[in-house]
Amino acid sequence: MKPRSSTPSPAPSNPYRLSSLRRRGAPLALAGIALAVAAVVACFAYAGGWLSPDRLTQAKVMAAFDAANGVHPGFRRNHAKGLCIAGSFDSNGAGERLSSAAVFQPGRTPVVGRFALAGGQPFAGDATGTVRSMALSFRPAGGGEWRTGMNDIPVFPFRGAAAFTDQLVASRPDPATGKPDPARLQAFVASHPETAAALALIKARSVTSGFADDSYNSLDAFRFVDAQGRATPVRWSMVAAGPVVAATPAEASPDDPNFLFDAMIRRVAEGPVQWHLVVTLGQPGDPTDDATLPWPAGRERLDLGTLTIDRVEAEAAGNCRDINFDPLVLPPGIAPTDDPLLSARSAAYARSFTLRAGEPKQPSAVQLQASGKGS
Amino acid sequence: MNRPARFPFASRLLHWVMAALILAMLFIGIAMAASLTDYHRLVTIHEPLGLLILVLAAVRVINRLLAPPPPLPAAMPRPMRLAAHGSHLLLYLLMVALPLVGWAMLSAAGYPILLLGTVELPPILAPDAGLYALLRSAHTVLALLLFATFLGHLAAALAHALLFRDGVFSSMAGFGGRRAAAARRIRPRASA
Ligand code: HEM
Ligand code: HEM
Ligand code: HEM
Repeated sequence: MKPRSSTPSPAPSNPYRLSSLRRRGAPLALAGIALAVAAVVACFAYAGGWLSPDRLTQAKVMAAFDAANGVHPGFRRNHAKGLCIAGSFDSNGAGERLSSAAVFQPGRTPVVGRFALAGGQPFAGDATGTVRSMALSFRPAGGGEWRTGMNDIPVFPFRGAAAFTDQLVASRPDPATGKPDPARLQAFVASHPETAAALALIKARSVTSGFADDSYNSLDAFRFVDAQGRATPVRWSMVAAGPVVAATPAEASPDDPNFLFDAMIRRVAEGPVQWHLVVTLGQPGDPTDDATLPWPAGRERLDLGTLTIDRVEAEAAGNCRDINFDPLVLPPGIAPTDDPLLSARSAAYARSFTLRAGEPKQPSAVQLQASGKGS
Repeated sequence: MNRPARFPFASRLLHWVMAALILAMLFIGIAMAASLTDYHRLVTIHEPLGLLILVLAAVRVINRLLAPPPPLPAAMPRPMRLAAHGSHLLLYLLMVALPLVGWAMLSAAGYPILLLGTVELPPILAPDAGLYALLRSAHTVLALLLFATFLGHLAAALAHALLFRDGVFSSMAGFGGRRAAAARRIRPRASA
């Protein structure tokens, strides 16, 4: 083999011998190399957040969920108790002028989804006052999948992930009582006026009898983008198509801890349930970066089509259990806004999904066979 | 024999462009896995950039077969040669494996892979949450292994430049014109 050499004359001594380290300048060179490597490692550690203990990371949010709810391996860290649903979306074509997304072309798109109750405890008993959610994945045949997770409240109580996490930490059970410390929760709300205002709107909402006659809202704002690239800020809702019945306290049935889910299972056995996909169009000046604020009343609302849910299934391998309803799985034609909750949700849901995907599983509290026996 | 003592121009270009891209990917990856605020912005860079690296790595492997590197200095001891060749092989393997594992894990997770908001990449695995969890861990382990190998590579490159001064560094780093290249033509050593 031919050696490479940048020096014109043959080197007198072998540079690879340990003795060459005694050469003048060698210690300096070694120190330089060590410094260069250390500098790269330090930058890497900085990027990874190890040097910034105050940075809000996925790991910290997960730890806050664990502190508040306990650890329930295999289950979602939030909205842990749920039921899989499936059906289709019939687009009426009214969305085409606002968004180039495939789901808004006239026609039918298959949909899978999940009903859930907010909260990280998969075996908590159903209660009418608990926030209910509907998560959907629209799957047009030619690609352009759209996922969304919606809640049945009018606004979100937290402006960003930091407030959300602080609230979780404040709501962790007091070791003495086993219950959240009301003083800590009050202190949190007192220091977050936007949360106090949002909670007032949330408390004033009318609560319906169950999942089937409830309506669900995106809360976060998104942008619809048309074929020419024109963007419109929007918030969307799934509005119950059938009659709405107000919840009565009598409906809480203590002998069936799953009465809300079981009622939904029975309702689908009777026939399909429908919702209208209604988008609210934002005007310039409407907040797109703050889900605690409602948009002014009287904004234009468009009905883009009908969602039909005709199947329910208990969570199991390969169905809605193994889907991450990441709000930023968006098709071309729907884009994020500057709402800071969106990136935070995407990050937290991915971590929650990664954790639960790798954990041993146990059956969901909600099962189809049991629903017949329910009160 | 008048073989140039430098890597061919295409090899050097690929090496330095990819060095910048791969280092950027390591930093973007580690940053996005520990940031809620920047997560989405970084993920939308990480995925297309990672696939660009996969394409460039394929070009690079073909280029290496067509244009082999200059031999290492004859005086280099055997263990050092083995370390050099072994670590280069590992770097090549990792620059192919990481993007493939990234693509495979997103497929197993059942995510659509939409690059730059427009191009949809087909899945290379059927959805399987358990497999996703394994691949997601593999992505982290392989990325950290790549970073560690890179640190060794960096230290070795600088050792060639500052300690051994054996022309190995300039065989990759030299970006001079034709004259500079001619000055680095191999001269057999007296000892060789
Ligand atoms: C920074 C604030 C938030 C955090 C940290 C957070 C966290 C989480 C987590 C970890 C999950 C479980 C994900 C999984 O394992 O698949 C989840 C589920 C969910 N979240 Fe959030 N969330 C936030 C804000 C919101 C907002 C603003 C909405 C508005 C609608 C929302 C609606 C939902 C829904 C509907 C689900 C259930 C999805 C399903 O059924 O799979 N979340 N959340
Ligand atoms: C992540 C970044 C990098 C990667 C993945 C990488 C990868 C590689 C690979 C695979 C080779 C072997 C080429 C072959 O034999 O076909 C090589 C050679 C080389 N690299 Fe890097 N490199 C990186 C960064 C750097 C840096 C920052 C330096 C300088 C400080 C450097 C200096 C060199 C030198 C001098 C060689 C020539 C070694 C020889 O003569 O065989 N590399 N690199
Ligand atoms: C040379 C190529 C690549 C390098 C060096 C790289 C590096 C990294 C690193 C260092 C992480 C953070 C790991 C952790 O802290 O757990 C990461 C995460 C990730 N990478 Fe890559 N990656 C590469 C290619 C890809 C490709 C091609 C894709 C997808 C198409 C991808 C998708 C991801 C995803 C989804 C995450 C996890 C984000 C999360 O935590 O939610 N990567 N990558």
